[in-house]
Amino acid sequence: MVMPELSKKRKQSSLEKSQLGDEKKKVVSLKDVVGESDDLISSLPEDGVVDSDVSDDSSEDEDEPVDEDEFNEDSESEGDEDLNSEIDSDELEWESENEEEESSQESDGDPEKEDAVEIKSKNGIEKSKIGLRKEGVPGTSTQPPGEDEYAEGDTSDEEDIRNTVGNIPINWYDEFDHIGYDWDGRKILKPEHGDQLDEFLKKIEDPDFWRKVRNVQTGQDVVLSDKDINQIKRLESHKIPDEAFDDYAPWIEWFSSEVLEMPLRKFPEHKKSFLPSKDEMKKVSKYVHALKMGWMKTRKAMKAKEKKEKQKGPQFYLLWKTDDVADEMRRIENHIPAPKRPLPNHSESYNPPEEYLFNEQEMRKWNRERKSLGNKKLHFVPQKFNSLRQVPAYKRFIRERFMRCLDLYMCPRAIKMKLTIEPEELVPQLPSPADLQPFPTTASIYYKGHTDMVRSISVDPTGQFMASAADDGTVKFWEISTGRCLRTATFSGTARCVAWNPSSQMSLVAVAVDRKVYLVNPRIGCQDHIDQTDELLDKRPYQDKVTPPRVEAAVQWEYLSEGELHEQGVLIVLNHFKEVKQVQWHWKGDYVFSLMPDGENRSILIHQLSRGRSQTPFNRARGLVQAACFHPTKPYFLVATQRNVRIYDLVKQEMVKKLITSSKWISDITVHPGGDNLLIGTYDRKVLWFDLELSTKPYKTLSLHSQAVRSVAYHKRYPLFASVSDDMSLIISHGMVYNDLLQNALIVPLKRFSCHDKVNDFSLLNVTFHPQQPWVFTSGADGNIVLYT
Amino acid sequence: MAGPRRKKYTSGEGAQYVTRATAMRALQLSLKDFRRLCILKGIYPREPRNRKKAQKGATGIKTLYNKKDIRFLLHEPIIWKFREQKTVGRKIGRAKALKEYSEAKHLMNKPVLIKLDHIVKERYPTFIDALRDMDDCLTLCHLFSTFPSIRHIPRDQSTLCRRLMLEFMQAVIYSKALRKVFISIKGYYFQVEIKGQLITWIMPHQFSFEPQTKEDVDFRIMSTFVQFYIVLLGFVNFRLYHVMNLHYPPRVRRVEETEGTDLVDKMALQSERIAALNYPLVSTTTSIAEEEETALDKFELDGNEASKMEKAYIEADKIQKLKTLFKGMKVFLNREVPREPLVFILRCFGAEISWDKKLFVGATFEESDETITHQVVDRPQIERQYISRYYVQPQWVFDSVNARELLPVERYFIGAVLPPHLSPFVDESKTEAYHPPEEQQLFSNNENENEEEEEITPAPPKITTKEVDVSTKSISSIQKSINDSEESSSEEEDEEGDLGPEALKEKMKMKMIVTPGRMEEKDPFEEKKKEREEYKLREKMVHKKHKALYKSMMKGRALRAKDVKVLTKKRQLIDQKKMLKS
Repeated sequence: MVMPELSKKRKQSSLEKSQLGDEKKKVVSLKDVVGESDDLISSLPEDGVVDSDVSDDSSEDEDEPVDEDEFNEDSESEGDEDLNSEIDSDELEWESENEEEESSQESDGDPEKEDAVEIKSKNGIEKSKIGLRKEGVPGTSTQPPGEDEYAEGDTSDEEDIRNTVGNIPINWYDEFDHIGYDWDGRKILKPEHGDQLDEFLKKIEDPDFWRKVRNVQTGQDVVLSDKDINQIKRLESHKIPDEAFDDYAPWIEWFSSEVLEMPLRKFPEHKKSFLPSKDEMKKVSKYVHALKMGWMKTRKAMKAKEKKEKQKGPQFYLLWKTDDVADEMRRIENHIPAPKRPLPNHSESYNPPEEYLFNEQEMRKWNRERKSLGNKKLHFVPQKFNSLRQVPAYKRFIRERFMRCLDLYMCPRAIKMKLTIEPEELVPQLPSPADLQPFPTTASIYYKGHTDMVRSISVDPTGQFMASAADDGTVKFWEISTGRCLRTATFSGTARCVAWNPSSQMSLVAVAVDRKVYLVNPRIGCQDHIDQTDELLDKRPYQDKVTPPRVEAAVQWEYLSEGELHEQGVLIVLNHFKEVKQVQWHWKGDYVFSLMPDGENRSILIHQLSRGRSQTPFNRARGLVQAACFHPTKPYFLVATQRNVRIYDLVKQEMVKKLITSSKWISDITVHPGGDNLLIGTYDRKVLWFDLELSTKPYKTLSLHSQAVRSVAYHKRYPLFASVSDDMSLIISHGMVYNDLLQNALIVPLKRFSCHDKVNDFSLLNVTFHPQQPWVFTSGADGNIVLYT
Repeated sequence: MAGPRRKKYTSGEGAQYVTRATAMRALQLSLKDFRRLCILKGIYPREPRNRKKAQKGATGIKTLYNKKDIRFLLHEPIIWKFREQKTVGRKIGRAKALKEYSEAKHLMNKPVLIKLDHIVKERYPTFIDALRDMDDCLTLCHLFSTFPSIRHIPRDQSTLCRRLMLEFMQAVIYSKALRKVFISIKGYYFQVEIKGQLITWIMPHQFSFEPQTKEDVDFRIMSTFVQFYIVLLGFVNFRLYHVMNLHYPPRVRRVEETEGTDLVDKMALQSERIAALNYPLVSTTTSIAEEEETALDKFELDGNEASKMEKAYIEADKIQKLKTLFKGMKVFLNREVPREPLVFILRCFGAEISWDKKLFVGATFEESDETITHQVVDRPQIERQYISRYYVQPQWVFDSVNARELLPVERYFIGAVLPPHLSPFVDESKTEAYHPPEEQQLFSNNENENEEEEEITPAPPKITTKEVDVSTKSISSIQKSINDSEESSSEEEDEEGDLGPEALKEKMKMKMIVTPGRMEEKDPFEEKKKEREEYKLREKMVHKKHKALYKSMMKGRALRAKDVKVLTKKRQLIDQKKMLKS
């Protein structure tokens, strides 16, 4: 609370001081100068003259203990000229500082002189006082007037004492007149520096201006001594500041392992240190005992033992107590032992039989395969040496061993079951064909006569005659047993299909030629039947119903009574609107259907002979119709489109079943005479056996042929079926159907024939069984028909 | 009620495997250390049944380990040793970097030793298991024993390998366990039978070491394997010696005590003597129990078992013979002959051997010794020959062992063109493979011996031939009789004129003769052809499921048949050429 008052007073006094216009010259400590203003140092003249006096003085200071009296004298004598002006100011300061204590002094008339004297006289006493209470008394207050306190050199201790504000940015006091407080709490006023002009004048007038530095703490200018400047210069040039210091002075040893000139410690060794330690003695005795007993070994012994052990190598002992009893411990689970390397065969011998050596071709092959990753038969080239001494070291030995190591730790292992069976065991055990006789075993008769491919053959129900239709437009009637061609009917166009009427009372054959279906009386066999047939089909019966235009447009009936065709035996001509591919009779012989693949929803037409009219059973086309047939026992009609087979009930006029063949293209379809089984041939090389009772999917898929299957057929009496294919083969199989529902059909391929040649990629086209005998007929693209008995 | 939906790959195949990266993370090991751990512990990747499931749906091929295997590794104490090694390595590196060489040296002198005893016991629960897996161990150790000091292989490893290999061979010699030998272009194959286990290993030819490129061979991996194999082989050797009542670091009988008196390093001499393989080992028991071989007890068995037993007896007899094959022979090896394999084989079967004194330690007699029966020579001619002994090429020894009898020496004399050396490891029972005529000869030789033994019992095929003879005779006799009758009839014809009607009738009767019917000739090929056709049709009825398998099997069979055909053809050509030359 006193401070503001004090400061005011201080201000006043400082103002008075400034009037005096004198500057304080003080030597600022080096530390301050260097620390605060680098500019100052740089502004120093480089070739600054060193004041020898000062330097001497300083050296004296260091070396000799300073006598107080001498010091005083020195300071007095030296500072004479320089500090005369200073004294005044100091005196003034002194005055101002003492204002509070001795305000009465101010009132004195001429206090300046008196005070100065007084202090001078007091000087001795005061100094001593300073020594005692150094910290308590501010330096300035103790400074005797007329003497430079820095005359004997600067000591930073004193510097710090002067201002008590501490280490703070001095610009905090920029606004004030003072720059801090002394030890008594009085303000330290900023000294008057004058304006810029004064400064400039001073620069010109004062020769020592360059060595003046402002002390920030006190705000006073300090003149650097020559010694200081010298020190600064040395510092700048990175030399040791003290000139007198000898860097290379010999080292004086006071205390080391050899020299014990000076003790490390001041006090002498304790008495105890001369007595042996009891504790250590105990320890030592313990060790000695341990050594004696062999519990402990000396370092030397240990080293020797270690060395010996090292020389000996690893120590082995009886790890397994018995041969085959395993100790219980945790082990790797499901361990798969690595397979052993295969043992060498003759080719690896150094002197193998000569056939194992590579010839040129094999060598080339080996070289070609050497870099491939696939399995090679041999990983080395067999070599032959005449004697053992010529055998060199195997070059790839290390590499091979390395690869084995890699296999052992990197190759994934798994237990794979190895098949020990022979391939024969995979072939099903079927009854021997010899036990399944009768079946055709030889090709007995060739029926030659057609000039082009024979597309279709049909056997008469009595089994005496056979009709065949060929691409050359002829239909030939053969006697089976003799192989004689009885008659030939010629048509214009391609005869695609021929079908003998199954009724034994009739002598009628349906022939499909291009867009027409001819019903021909072959006029062979029983004369009664021939006449009867002619009579029956003399003219069209009365039509009680009007034929729908849809049917009318598709087919027209034409009864022939004369003409060239009639001469050949043609009784009726059915003119179709599209090309007819297939004709087939119903087993009763009254109905015949014709199939036109391009006919779309009218692709199948069923004709009734007794009424002389036709029907279209289907209104909607369900794909391209490939083949069709009547069911042998039920009023069913089977239609095979490209992929599926549909079974229709003709009476109820609905679909009964749809069979899914999962094949791409059906070629032919036939029904087992029992009615429950179905055989389908496909262009994708398969023969499918369907069991209608079982499922809508094939019971068995037989891939007997290597090319497209053209035709399939069942025998009417014997458990036989046959299939022909483009691979020039006819395969006859045993297909036994049991009445027992639990037993599935037995299928055994019996015999393969290959009697036809290949013509334009066609070979066999049709197959038919004899109605009574276990015989089979095939027709081929080479124009032949073959009978197998 | 259905529970919460189960996460994928938490059970079954997906939860059984871990990838290598995961395993390494779980074990906190670097790839290098993980590899070492796997090699030492015998952990290997597994092939899953369904790779996609095992890899948790990831595509590509990853190295998969059994999760249980990795969990098993987690408790392995040597992992800590690895870590210690790593830190020591770092310390050494640091010391070197700070140029504290003494510290570095100190650290290097105290390497972290890894004990593998427990791993041997863990990987091979029984001694038999260990023996079963000795093939790779022996081959690699034998290879390493020929190595010079190279990078990445500890200095003492190859010497230790050599020591252990010699110990093992000594044990084989002592127990006479060698069964088959073979000189291949890769090296010498030896097959021994110990405790019923067949162990085959390869001794490389001389000077087998060749510097390898980095890409070809990583010696660090091989060295890790050897690190384990050494321990395994040591323990196996110890047990073998223990069972045979021998001192384990083997001791040889001192032949001449005086020889070694003024030597500095007696140990070296001792080890060289062991390396010579020519000194008998010292037994721990004083009483020498002379081979009390337990003969197979004979049991009365019927049918298949009996024939098997009979075979076993024959085999046992043969082996018994083999064990004393070279007994009583005194063999001298010329210096160009590879000493180690021959000494090993000859000593195994009881021969006495010596060689040039300057060649190696352990020569027992001089070349000039008159009692020498055979001298093994491998050079075109030799200057000084003794009449009292046979000079044979080394192949004779090998072939004799494989034939299990002393082969005639004529074909193996000096400078003779050697007969082909055949592998004894080829399975003769495999009819599909090609067997060269030499092998068949060898095989038939053995068969002949058996036949000689069995000659007392009349052979059934002979009877059949006799029967055939009889039948032919009977036919000829019938023919003869017919001829006779014809002759007689012709004779009678001469008397035609002066005969009455009765006589004429008789004559007519006589004219109605019965000519001998000819046997219907059956074409043997036709039957076969028919069968073949039938089979071909039956083949088409193979179930769809087996079709691919059947096809591949047939294809393999065809390929094998083709190989055999090629070899037979080549052989024929060679034989023809030889015939033309001679």
